[in-house]
Amino acid sequence: MADQASTTHEGSSATKRIWYVFAILSIVTIVEVALGIIKPAFMIEFTLIDLHLLNWTFIILTIVKAYYITWAFMHMEHETKGLRRAVVWTSVFLIIYLIAILLIEGGYIEDVYTDSHIKWNL
Amino acid sequence: MDSTVAQTGTEGKLWGGGSQPLKASYGKLMMWFFILSDALTFSGFLAAYGFSRFKYSTEWPIADEVFTHFPFLHGIEAPMYYVALMTFILIFSSVTMVLAVDAGHHMKKNKVVTYMALTILGGIIFVGSQAWEWNTFIKGDYGAVETRGGNILQFVDDEGERVALADFAKGYEDVRQRQNESEGLWYESEGSLPDFTFNEVKDGFAENESLRVRTLKNNDSGEKTILSREASLAKLDEQGKGIVQGANLQHNEYGMPLFADFFFFITGFHGFHVVSGVLILIIIFINVLVNTYEKRKSYEMVEKVGLYWHFVDLVWVFVFTFFYLV
Repeated sequence: MADQASTTHEGSSATKRIWYVFAILSIVTIVEVALGIIKPAFMIEFTLIDLHLLNWTFIILTIVKAYYITWAFMHMEHETKGLRRAVVWTSVFLIIYLIAILLIEGGYIEDVYTDSHIKWNL
Repeated sequence: MDSTVAQTGTEGKLWGGGSQPLKASYGKLMMWFFILSDALTFSGFLAAYGFSRFKYSTEWPIADEVFTHFPFLHGIEAPMYYVALMTFILIFSSVTMVLAVDAGHHMKKNKVVTYMALTILGGIIFVGSQAWEWNTFIKGDYGAVETRGGNILQFVDDEGERVALADFAKGYEDVRQRQNESEGLWYESEGSLPDFTFNEVKDGFAENESLRVRTLKNNDSGEKTILSREASLAKLDEQGKGIVQGANLQHNEYGMPLFADFFFFITGFHGFHVVSGVLILIIIFINVLVNTYEKRKSYEMVEKVGLYWHFVDLVWVFVFTFFYLV
C-alpha cells in the first residue's frame, strides 16, 4: 500500500492483479446468481435481525465486490490514508445511518398497517 | 507519479496552492468527491427503496418472477440470467477500463486505444440491454386485474402456474371503440384501449373451472397466496375493477405501483450515468486518438474518466443486489 506504488510496480504485476480481481468478482457474481435461483431453504428459514440468512449473504458478497472494485480498480489502495478516509469513512458512516433510520421507520409503518385497526386490505 | 496535469505555476509554493497533502491532483480529488456525493445520492434512492420494501414487506413482488425473459428465447423461463449477463458485461468493461488506465501509466497509446474502445462497446451493450429490459417490463407478461383498493390479482391454474389473461378472457363483440380525433367533439382522442375489458376477463374466469386468483400477500414460506376457487370468484366479483397489462408509473401488473416507480427511477438514473459515462469516454477516446495526452506526457485524464466508469459499475453491483437478488 505504498503511496507511490502505482508508478513503481511493473506492468505485468498490475495486470495480474486486475485479472485476479476480475476472477474474484466473476466468482462472487456466479455464486450470487446461483443462490438467487436455488434459494436454499435453510438460508431462508434462518433469520437474523429482520433479514434472513440468504439476504445477509447477498449483502455481504456485494460489499466484498464493492471493496475489490474500489480498492483495486479505482486504485484506492494506492491513495494516501487521508484521501482514503475522507471518501470511505464519510460514505460508510452516512450510508449506514441513512439505511438504519429508513429501514426501522419502514418496519414500524408495516407494523401499523398489519396490527392497527386501520383497514388497508380492500 | 507526480500526476499534476495542468501546470498552474504554483508548484512548490506552499501557501499558493502548490502543496498536495493527499498526493493526488486537483482533478482526481474532485472526481473522488463528486463520486462520494453521487454515491450518497444513489444511497438515498436505494434506502428509499428499502424503506418502501420494509413498509410493504409482506406484499412486495418477487423479482425473479418479474424478470424472467432472455432475448431471443421466447417462452423459456430464465429468471435473472439476463441481468446476470448484463452485470458481467459491465464488470468486464470495468476490467478493460482499468487495463486502459494501466496502459496509460506506461504511455502505451495503442493499448489505451484498444482497451478504451472495448470499454465503450461494453457500455453501449449494457445500455442497449437496459432498454430491452425496460421494454419487456413495460409491455408486461401475463396481465392482471386491479382491485378497487389498488391491489393486484394475478391468475394461476390448479398447479399454481401463471396463466395469461389472453388465454381465458372472452372476446365480446360489443366492446367500446377507441375514440379518435376524427369522431369526437373538440378533436379529442384517447390513448389505446386494453386488449380486453374487465367483464371479458371475469366471465372467462367464471367459465374456466381450473383457474384461481393469486393475491400479492406472501404466505409463511414467502410465496404468494393462492385463493380457493370460491374465494377467487368472490374476490374478483366484489373487488375487481379493471385490468392491467404491463407497467407504467401508476399501474403495474407485477404488484405494487411503487415497485415499477423505483425500478424506472433507479435503473433509469443508473442508465443515465452509463450514457453520460459512454459520452465522456468517447470524448477522451478522441483526445487519445489525436495525441492530446502524448503531448501532455500524462494519461491522467483516462484515469479520471476511469474512476467515474468504475463508480458506475460499483453502483450497478448494489442495484443488482437490491433489485434482483434480495
